[in-house]
Amino acid sequence: MTYLAKPLMHHPSLPRNSLGYTRRDYEGKISTLCAGCGHDSISAAIIQACWELAIEPHRVAKLSGIGCSSKTPDYLLGNSHGFNSVHGRMPSVATGANLANRDLIYLGISGDGDSASIGFGQFSHLMRRGVNMTYVVENNGVYGLTKGQFSATADSGSKSKYGGVNRDAPIDLASIAFQLGATYIARGFSGDKEQLVPLIMGALTHPGAALLDVVSPCVAFNNHLGSTKSYDYVREHNEALNRLDFITGRAPIEARYAPGETHEVDLHDGSRLRLVKLDAAYDPTDRVAAQRHLLARQRSGEVVTGLLFLDPEPEDLHRHLNTVATPLFALGEDELCPGAEALARINARLR
Amino acid sequence: MNPTDIRNPDYFHRVVDCQWACPAHTPVPEYIRLIAAGRYADAYMVNWRSNVFPGILGRTCDRPCEPACRRGRVEQGNQPTPEPVAICRLKRVAADLKGDVRARMPSRPRRPNGKRVACVGAGPASLTVARDLAPLGYQVSVFDGDPRAGGMIRSQIPRFRLPESVIDEEVGYVLDLGVEFRPGHRIDSLRRFLAQGWDAVFIGSGAPRGRDLDIPGREECAAHIHVGIDWLASVSFGHTTRIDKRVIVLGGGNTAMDCCRTARRIGGEDVKVIVRSGFDDMKASPWEKEDALHEGIPILNNLVPKRFEHRDGKLIGMSFQPVHAIFDDSGRRQLVPSGEPDRYFECDEVLIAVGQENAFPWIEADCGIDFDRHGMPVLDAVTLQSSVPHVLFGGDAAFGPKNIIWAVAHGHEAAVSIDKLLSGEDPRERPAPAVSLVSQKMGIHEWSYDNDIDPDARHKVPWREANEALASIRVEVEIGFDTATAYREAQRCLNCDVQTVFADKLCIECDACADICPMDCLSFVANGDEADLRGRLRAPAHNTAQALYVSAALKTSRVMVKDEDLCLHCGLCAERCPTGAWDMQRFLLDVTHAGPGCRKSPERVAA
Repeated sequence: MTYLAKPLMHHPSLPRNSLGYTRRDYEGKISTLCAGCGHDSISAAIIQACWELAIEPHRVAKLSGIGCSSKTPDYLLGNSHGFNSVHGRMPSVATGANLANRDLIYLGISGDGDSASIGFGQFSHLMRRGVNMTYVVENNGVYGLTKGQFSATADSGSKSKYGGVNRDAPIDLASIAFQLGATYIARGFSGDKEQLVPLIMGALTHPGAALLDVVSPCVAFNNHLGSTKSYDYVREHNEALNRLDFITGRAPIEARYAPGETHEVDLHDGSRLRLVKLDAAYDPTDRVAAQRHLLARQRSGEVVTGLLFLDPEPEDLHRHLNTVATPLFALGEDELCPGAEALARINARLR
Repeated sequence: MNPTDIRNPDYFHRVVDCQWACPAHTPVPEYIRLIAAGRYADAYMVNWRSNVFPGILGRTCDRPCEPACRRGRVEQGNQPTPEPVAICRLKRVAADLKGDVRARMPSRPRRPNGKRVACVGAGPASLTVARDLAPLGYQVSVFDGDPRAGGMIRSQIPRFRLPESVIDEEVGYVLDLGVEFRPGHRIDSLRRFLAQGWDAVFIGSGAPRGRDLDIPGREECAAHIHVGIDWLASVSFGHTTRIDKRVIVLGGGNTAMDCCRTARRIGGEDVKVIVRSGFDDMKASPWEKEDALHEGIPILNNLVPKRFEHRDGKLIGMSFQPVHAIFDDSGRRQLVPSGEPDRYFECDEVLIAVGQENAFPWIEADCGIDFDRHGMPVLDAVTLQSSVPHVLFGGDAAFGPKNIIWAVAHGHEAAVSIDKLLSGEDPRERPAPAVSLVSQKMGIHEWSYDNDIDPDARHKVPWREANEALASIRVEVEIGFDTATAYREAQRCLNCDVQTVFADKLCIECDACADICPMDCLSFVANGDEADLRGRLRAPAHNTAQALYVSAALKTSRVMVKDEDLCLHCGLCAERCPTGAWDMQRFLLDVTHAGPGCRKSPERVAA
C-alpha cells in the first residue's frame, strides 16, 4: 500500500473512449492492500475493461461483502454506485438491487472466504436464480485478513506459510456454478491481464449470471513454495483453454493472439466474442462436456483458465419472474397498486 | 534490446535532464531539495562548487536546464501551459537567502606549490580556472584591461538585471582565495607574455568585438551609431549616461534586448528593436524578449537594414527592406524581399547588436598557436589545450560566443588540464566522474525525499512596477521569489535524480508497479529491438531522446521496459513492489575538478 494519492498527472497520449473518458477516469481511491496483491491487478483489469467498453460510471453498481477482496470496490470506478454489505451477504443485496432496478450493471466483488465459506449458500442461490450480474471471486486460497489460514478453496495437499498441510477437499466455485446453472463461467489469473480483461468485458455484457473465478496470489500469506495459488505455481500449471477477443461494434477487429482455430459467438448487444481455441477438444457451449473436461484437467493438477462456459441464450431472474421491462423502482403508485378491479380480474382467473 | 547497463555513469546522469543539459553538470535536484528544506547556504555551496557564480547565474544564466526539464514534458496534457521548474530563479533564491558563507569557502593554501598560472581576461572562464587552482597552491594571476574583475559579466550585463553588489561578492570569493588580480593590464603581445615564464597560460579573453553594419550612411552618422557591447560597457562603467529620445536597436539576440532596455532607462522614450528574422527565429531567449515587451518596447521583425538616413550630418532615421524567410532543402534560411515597399523609421540614435566576433590581434603568428580559417584557435576539444600545450583557451575565446555557464564549464576542464599537465600527467587521461547511488528508503512507505507530486503550475517571479523599474538603470527589475513561493516552486521539482532502480532477480511479475504508475512508464513485454519495443509499450515511447530502461529476461521470459521520458519519480512503483525489486536510489554525480581527485597520484589511491 501507499500513503500517497496516485498523482492525477497522466501520460499525454492517454487515449479516450467514446464517452471522452481516459482509463484514469475509471480509477478509484488508492489501494490500501499489501504491495503486490493480486487483487490490485484485478482492479486494474476491471478499470481497463470498463474503459474499453465505454461504460458510463453512473450506470454501475459495485457490491461486496467483507474481506480483502471486498475492500477493492473502493479502489476502482470512483464515480459509480457502491454497497459494502455484511460478510457473505453481497448476493442477497445484489439480488434485491437487481430486482429493484434491472437497468444498472451489477458488479459484485467477493473472495473465497466471502463466497465459499460464510456466503456459500448466498452464492449458490444467486447463481441458480440467474441474477444478471458479474460476480468476481478474487480467489487466493487463504484468509488474508486473519493472517493466512486455509480457506475453503485451498487445494488438498497445499501447504500454508507456516508449514501446515490442507487435507480437506477444495470447493471449486466454477464447478458449482456449472451445476447451478450460471450462464457465463470463466477463470482467470491476476498475473495475466491479456486474458483477464476480455473475460471481464464478456462477463459485464453478459445478460445473466456471470461467474469470474480469478486466481489472485496473496503475496503476504500464500505466495510460497507448496502453495497452489502462488505466482510461480499458477504460471507453471496454467492451462489456458482459449484466448478471448472481445469485439465491440465500433472497435476494429484486431487479433491479440497467434492464429488458431477460432470460435465466434454473437452477443445480444451486437458485439461478438472471438475465441481462439488453444485446446481443440474443448467446446465452451456444451455444459455437460465442458464440465467433464474441466474436472479431468483439474484432477491432473492443471489450473484451467479461459472462458469455461457460455450460454448464448441465457435467461435471468427477471425472465424467470416475468417482470416488466421498466425497472420496478420507476413504477408509479398507479402501476404498483392497480386497484380493486385489477385484483378482481386476477382472482377471477384463479377460480 | 540488451539489458541496460546502469553501471555506466552516463545512464542515470541522462535521466537527470537538467544536470545533463547543464554544461557544468550542476546537481540541480539536489540543491532544489535543499532550498525546499530552507537550507539556503547548503544549496548555495552545492551550486558554488559546480558553477562558481550562483548569484550571477541565478539572474542571467541561459538556463539550458529549463528546456530540458522533465516537468515541462510531464505537464503536457496536464497543464494549460506546460512549463519547466524555474530552476534559474531558484538558484537565485539560494544566493539571496544564504546569509554569510565566507566561512564555508576554501581556505588559502598553507604553502604555494611553486607553479605560476596566468589567466588572460578576468571573465567567468578565467575566474573559474583561478577558483579551482588557487586552493591547490597554484599562484594564479589574472590580467584584465578593465579596472575591475568580472569581464562581460560586469561590462555587458546591465545593472537592472544584475546588481553590482552581486558581482562584487562572487568575484570577491574567487579573488579572496589568494588570486592576484592585475587590473588595467591589457596583454598586447602574447610572445612577450609567454617569455615571462608562466607554467601555464589560460586565455579567457572573450569575444570582445561587436560586429558592425556596413551600409550606406554608416560613416556619415558615426557619432549617433554605437556598437552594442561597447556601448553597454560604456554605460556600465559610467562613461555614457544619456541617450537621445528616439532609439533603434538592430539585432535579435540577448545583447539587443539588453541594449533596448538600457536605452529605455537613460533617456530613450521611443525605443524599438528591429530584427531581420521573424520573432520566433530571434536568437534572444524567450524570457528576455518577454522582458523587453513587458517594458513597452516593440520588436519589429522581418526588416533588413538598408540605409542610415541623414541630413546636415545628423542621423534622422533608417530605411529597411521587408523580407520573409524561406528555407531550402537543407534547412538553411534565406531572407528574400517580400516585395512590399521599404519602411522608414525616424530616430536619433542607433545601437548595433548584430553579433560578436573573436579577435586575437595580440597573438603573434610566430607564437606557435595555430588558428583555423575562421580565425579561431585550434584546440583539443577535451583538454582545451592549443597547439602550445601549456597555453589553453576557454569561454567565448575558445569556440566563439556562448554564455557564462559554458565559460564556467570550460574553466573547470582547463583547470583539470593544467593541474594534470603541471603534475606531469597526460591531460587527456581524465578520470570518470564520481557517482553514488544510495537507497532513499527509510520505512515501509517512507522515503527521504518528498515523493508527493505537486500539481502547481510554474510560479511567476515578481517584477517591480514598470514605472519604478524604468526610473533608474540600477533598480533591479526582478524581485526574486520570497521563501514561501520558493518552497512552492521547489516542490514542483520531480527529483529526477532519485532513480528507479530495478533488480530483475527479485521481480515476481505481479504487475503492481505497472498498474500504479500514473504515467504508464512501465511495461512487461516480450523483448524486441528498440524501435519495435517503443511502439508496443503501455504508452508509446516516441521521444527517442529519452532512454528505455530494459531488464534482463524475467521468469516468464518477458522483460521489464521503463520509458524514462515522463517518469514522475514518485516512487509508487517501489511502494507497491512486494519484493523490493524496485528501489528509489539517489544518484549523485560529482564532476571531477582539479585537485588530487583528477590525478593518478598515490593521494587519490589513498582516498
